[in-house]
Amino acid sequence: MAPIRIAVQAEPFDAAAETERLLAGRADIGAVASFTGYCRDEGGRLAALELEHYPGMAEAEMGRVAADAARRWPLLGLTAIHRHGLIPPGGPIVLVLAASSHREAAFGAAEFVMDFLKTRAPFWKREHLRDGTLGPWVEAKDTDDRAADRWAAATSP
Amino acid sequence: MKIVYFAWVRERVGVPDEVVDPPAGTDTVADLVRWLKGRGEGYREAFADEAVVRVALDHVHARPDAPLAGIREVAFFPPMTGG
Repeated sequence: MAPIRIAVQAEPFDAAAETERLLAGRADIGAVASFTGYCRDEGGRLAALELEHYPGMAEAEMGRVAADAARRWPLLGLTAIHRHGLIPPGGPIVLVLAASSHREAAFGAAEFVMDFLKTRAPFWKREHLRDGTLGPWVEAKDTDDRAADRWAAATSP
Repeated sequence: MKIVYFAWVRERVGVPDEVVDPPAGTDTVADLVRWLKGRGEGYREAFADEAVVRVALDHVHARPDAPLAGIREVAFFPPMTGG
């Protein structure tokens, strides 16, 4: 099983440092696919996104998604970090790094992990607006469910 | 049994968590939801659309027909919007 690193934290992460950590002491990794999700300002409307999470289950569910990915692709390492708390526009929210010998597994696993983090990891976004008011809880998107569902239909590589 | 609530489910119920002692015959998640809805307006609002509210048993996603026997922590929350 590939080494898996899962973290749920309030503080920002350093994608470059996380990549170095994944590669440290390894000469067999030929590809690292990296995805970082950021907070958008939604056309200037947003002051921040608040991310609520379920401590304990968030880590556990991210670990289950990562383990699924590691069973599905020949990975040499997988890192998934998700932040909670108040995140201003431009701030990073989520990082996924998937390492493999070749790009296909790295790209595929990174996309798979993101699709399932969005639909299965217990995090909830709420908008804090520029006018100082508290906006609504962000609604789940059907497109996110469909993105996750397509993996069930896809044949394992 | 401990129940924890998140996001708008928590806001509607009015507490982040509570320890409950449901009556005998509360065997499944659906039974528990039915009992909770009898406890007040906030619970009825939180569970107004039962198909929307998600549940986890001891940190694992579960379905409404899942049995509660041996479960220590039940969580109710809206569909997830992380990532």
